[in-house]
Amino acid sequence: MNRSVTVSDFHAYPDAHGRFADYGGIFMPETLMPPLEELTEAYLAMREDPAFIAEFERDLKYYVGRPSPIYHAERLSKKLGGAQILLKREDLNHTGAHKINNTIGQALVARRMGKRRIIAETGAGQHGVATATVCARFGLDCIIYMGAVDIERQKINVYRMKLLGATVVPVVSGSKTLKDALNEAMRDWVTNVADTFYIIGTVAGPHPYPMMVRDFNAVVGREARAQMLEQFGRLPDVLTACVGGGSNAIGLFHAFLNDPDVAMVGAEAAGEGIETGRHAASLAAGRRGVLHGNRTYVICDDNGQITETHSISAGLDYPGVGPEHAFLKDSGRARYVGITDDEALAAFHELARTEGILAALESSHAVAQAIKLARELPKDRLILCNLSGRGDKDVHTIAAREGIAL
Amino acid sequence: MSHRIDRRFGDLRRAGRKGLIPFITAGDPLPEATVAIMHALVAAGADLIELGVPYSDPVADGPTIQHASERAIARGIGIARILGWVSEFRQVDSTTPIVLMGYLNPIEIFGYSRFADAASAAGVDGVLIVDVPVEEAETVAPLRAAGINEIFLVAPTTTDRRLSAIRAQAQGFIYYVSFAGITGASQLDTAAVRDRVAHIKQGGDMPVAVGFGVRDAATAVEIAASADAVVIGSALVACLAETGDIESAVAAAGAFLAPIRAALDASRS
Repeated sequence: MNRSVTVSDFHAYPDAHGRFADYGGIFMPETLMPPLEELTEAYLAMREDPAFIAEFERDLKYYVGRPSPIYHAERLSKKLGGAQILLKREDLNHTGAHKINNTIGQALVARRMGKRRIIAETGAGQHGVATATVCARFGLDCIIYMGAVDIERQKINVYRMKLLGATVVPVVSGSKTLKDALNEAMRDWVTNVADTFYIIGTVAGPHPYPMMVRDFNAVVGREARAQMLEQFGRLPDVLTACVGGGSNAIGLFHAFLNDPDVAMVGAEAAGEGIETGRHAASLAAGRRGVLHGNRTYVICDDNGQITETHSISAGLDYPGVGPEHAFLKDSGRARYVGITDDEALAAFHELARTEGILAALESSHAVAQAIKLARELPKDRLILCNLSGRGDKDVHTIAAREGIAL
Repeated sequence: MSHRIDRRFGDLRRAGRKGLIPFITAGDPLPEATVAIMHALVAAGADLIELGVPYSDPVADGPTIQHASERAIARGIGIARILGWVSEFRQVDSTTPIVLMGYLNPIEIFGYSRFADAASAAGVDGVLIVDVPVEEAETVAPLRAAGINEIFLVAPTTTDRRLSAIRAQAQGFIYYVSFAGITGASQLDTAAVRDRVAHIKQGGDMPVAVGFGVRDAATAVEIAASADAVVIGSALVACLAETGDIESAVAAAGAFLAPIRAALDASRS
């Protein structure tokens, strides 16, 4: 399925139809097409509007706490004996992950469009918390759709959302997880389209979402690129980031896409191993299909039914992936590898003990890939790993996995 | 290529009758009942049959059709078997148009050219792919080339600019979604539908069928006052879901549809 694409400017995507070469697009029911057109038009104007950009940057600085630092994990690097691992500390943002970059941006768009009712889907609850947070910040109504299975697995985040004033709606259809929460949010949107804004949490969904969510997270890579030049006098040799839907990865990658000497590796959730079928590695093991409004790589059966995925990290447990990643894979600009649950857990422990940082299980996939690369590469090479979120939310999952009752 | 759909709407127009379009989810409640239910629906007055292709993530559907899809998927129902049922139906009935309704991914995975050939050979007359708006119509070009009509949705939110683009691409008939919402919801506003249908028909002579929210003879008659045809889906699917064998499913299908047919015919002005 690898297609050869010759690309001169990676920043020229998507085109006016929301296409990243063969991927992306707008595969949605007619009822939602006019509001998507309205959103695209409004957003394209806002992204060029200095007042909007200033408003966004002000909140990133004073509310989110940006810029996030790049930290040189020296003890970990020394222990591995190879290349240097640098961590982009998105875990230090308000609410503890990169997700807030996007929810601030979209809430500002919603407010400017006069939409007061916000809906969102969430899997692990991180995007739900980030959405509930900005709704409280901007005084917007907030309804979060969450699979009934995930609600059971992520009770603390459910309560956090409620503390922030959100209504959490359990979704009992399908597999009762993230993709079904997304379906239900779409059904809400199609029903309440006049006054409702849908804050999608990743670089998936129909155009303009993959572009808009990328733009809001691209601050990560822009900052990192400048920080690398300032702190290290050069660009990194390779980037690593975890990929579920792929918002933190595209956020880091985007500013470096036209730097041909910077390699990029996305770490997908290989779960119990790709060969077991219990994984969420859409790019590494899926096929071309259409899901949630865009053409991308999906995990489905021969009848085209989307199948259940597995990952120890709920944030990577999604059967699709952002269309820009599909494009980067086919063009050869980035490569995507699977990291198993066990590898991610080992990386989590390694980072905790050598650097005193509890990484989110999602981000631990990126750390695991950085560790693999550090072992292979010489000491003078720089690996920049996106530490997209902090691991406090995962302490219960890890304890349960290791047979420890808290 | 002759088009059963065009012929059927032409016949209806000449006879001064309104079209009745039942929707069933293929393979539900029992895979072995689907063809028999289709024949029963025709016997009870169906003018065209919409056969739902089950999909795991039906974002435009309410719980009734979601659950019917889940049951069919659990039985492994996919496009190949559904086309087999259409072929079987065609051995007996060569005049009733069949439109497959569903979502894009099952067709994308089946393969567009392969689907176009197989569906055409089986006797499928049209497809209504909920998540293929007019902008993405090129995606299913091989289906058109094989003589399969592409039916488009028009919604209450559709702008005039979009309506013109849809009219330019539409084949067979236009399916007007009666309200912004999911299938099976009860938000029907007959007066609003009448105005919108009149507006859609102003721009051409493409027949307009109205669906979403039509659930019984009374709502069908109200909608048929302005539309060329009415689509009834969730209410029929819910009725069939309560049956447990072929005989009762067939009986329920006929008993459900016949009074609606009678009411539509009685209301002819």
